[in-house]
Amino acid sequence: MTPFTRLDAKAAPLDVANVDTDQIIPKQFLKTVDREGLARGLFYDMRFEVDGSPRAGFVLDDPAFKGAQVLIAGDNFGCGSSREHAPWALLDFGIRCVISTSFADIFYNNCFQNGLLPIALPRDQVRALMGEAKGGNHVFSVDLETQTVTAPSGQTFHFDIDPGRKEKMLGGLDAIGETLQAADDISAYEARRALDQPWLEAAR
Amino acid sequence: MSGKTLYDKIWDAHVVSTDANGESILYIDLHLIHEVTTPQAFAGLRAAHRPVRRPDRTLAVADHNTPTEGQALGVGAVADEEARAQLQALERNVKANGIEFLPMGDPRNGIVHVVGPEQGRTQPGMTIVCGDSHTSTHGAFGSLAQGIGTSEVEHVLATQTLRQMKSKNMRVAFTGTPAPGVGAKDFALALIGRIGTSGGTGHVIEYTGEAIRALSMEGRMTLCNLTIEAGARAGLVAPDETTFAYVMGRPSAPKGAAWDMAVSHWKTFVSDPDARFDSEITVDVSALPPTVTWGTSPEDVVAIDGRVPDPADFAEEKATAIQRALDYMGLTPGQRIDEARVDRVFIGSCTNSRIEDLRAAAAVAAGRKVAAHVSAMIVPGSGLVKEQAESEGLDVIFREAGFDWREPGCSMCLGMNPDRLAPGERCASTSNRNFEGRQGRGGRTHLMSPAMAAAAAIAGRIADVREFG
Repeated sequence: MTPFTRLDAKAAPLDVANVDTDQIIPKQFLKTVDREGLARGLFYDMRFEVDGSPRAGFVLDDPAFKGAQVLIAGDNFGCGSSREHAPWALLDFGIRCVISTSFADIFYNNCFQNGLLPIALPRDQVRALMGEAKGGNHVFSVDLETQTVTAPSGQTFHFDIDPGRKEKMLGGLDAIGETLQAADDISAYEARRALDQPWLEAAR
Repeated sequence: MSGKTLYDKIWDAHVVSTDANGESILYIDLHLIHEVTTPQAFAGLRAAHRPVRRPDRTLAVADHNTPTEGQALGVGAVADEEARAQLQALERNVKANGIEFLPMGDPRNGIVHVVGPEQGRTQPGMTIVCGDSHTSTHGAFGSLAQGIGTSEVEHVLATQTLRQMKSKNMRVAFTGTPAPGVGAKDFALALIGRIGTSGGTGHVIEYTGEAIRALSMEGRMTLCNLTIEAGARAGLVAPDETTFAYVMGRPSAPKGAAWDMAVSHWKTFVSDPDARFDSEITVDVSALPPTVTWGTSPEDVVAIDGRVPDPADFAEEKATAIQRALDYMGLTPGQRIDEARVDRVFIGSCTNSRIEDLRAAAAVAAGRKVAAHVSAMIVPGSGLVKEQAESEGLDVIFREAGFDWREPGCSMCLGMNPDRLAPGERCASTSNRNFEGRQGRGGRTHLMSPAMAAAAAIAGRIADVREFG
């Protein structure tokens, strides 16, 4: 996983609430066996017509927001399906950070598995950032170490993040490798369970 | 010190260890897998030379991509090349890792959340995960069942554990006795309408109250299934005699002395009388009408005799969202919902494709005809549900009424297989998501119960099942 430390980048405003993972990446792109190359499906129905021709007006295709790495979205971003293709597609497109008032739990978890930083802020702060992002050519700074977002005007907001998750993001750590260090504890748990609930060890 | 909730008890019973940041390693009793969210996980294991720790605690099915006709021809005959490749990848991965697999065409195959309970793999007090958000379904058995992403699927395959922070406790009590024609789907839609699609975020919801105790396991599964649409991590119903009666005798259920031992273990999984919940909600179902969705989020609900909202009645931000949804859905502000003409009807999905759901739909369809302009399909949740329905003659009732009787799978709930809506088509659907484009680009989905969907098929518009006595 790519570590996340600090990001200085353009921010694109997507002022829509309840953006679900079906909208982030529709079903036809889930048939892949790879993690790569999903950018072509990102927000597909918003960006392309039924015949595949580009659809005008979507913020990420606006030249003013070309190269944006921060997405500022409406409430409850990432609700719906558990598809990790959603963060994979955002990252493949170049988005490293999403800011909203709230995130659906599974999407939020999936972000941390991939080095995509989801930042939840109070509504008035998200509105302020959304307003500044709509201005176009500008740079937002996101600093994970100090847990701050700084808008082009200089106003800075502090965000909360679970310390364990922060540590893993900063270091780009491999969660499986870390858990496997606790293999003895897992084996001990399994031995206890085999005694207490033997029916789970028997034939399937 | 206050007592423990059901969630607290399952959690505590599965914690392997907890670190200084409060993150726990949680042991997973059952891992369900399917073709769409696992290929990258198996690829990750291969790259790191990591084995599957407990293949015996893992069960695989093919369900999301599978066509709902011609399944006997096998995976090689699946027309969609990418879908076929994904189905074949699952077959290779489970074989290489010694995981039990119920492939397409096996009578025991079907939607993963129908198959787990049907095979007796789902049991009370367990921790269950699957790379699918509707894993919450299994909470109906009093098991902590959660949807996870592909990285976490890989983590569970490698370690049989999940790293997780504990969620908060929410209790939702359903009180009263529902009117005929009103059931679990209406309970769920009413709740989501009230608390919203992020109302349960960060929580595990336990459902209690006499209306829950009176629900069958099928009804409890429908309710727990839709818990994810309220934003919650999982839904739970404490196990009782209804639960034990459902599990008993199923292929993977404990037998003989082990059964008695298991039941006494399962009976401990109830909230203590003095347990503390972070939030509590009560819903009285005695006056609840059949409920459907009008918009593009499961929280956009309306009573069957009600009207869709008018943006003029709302403040700016909300009004914009309502107008956007009405435009997408092709509805007029303030119109009656039962005047919306439907083109398609879909009865199926992990929410409502079990035998009881099909019986409820058949009771409405019996002796009637699907409206001439409507195309209606029924997709049983599994091969065994299909066999059971056929043994009861339900397929004959449906076919005579003009419904298309299909083979099992996720089908038009998400439209990954060939079953999907054309742009602009309006569908009465028993599934779980009315998102824009969910059932096909430009498709317009109205969520409702199986009986209500059958009534819509007959009437050719969204209709009140209470008028179909």
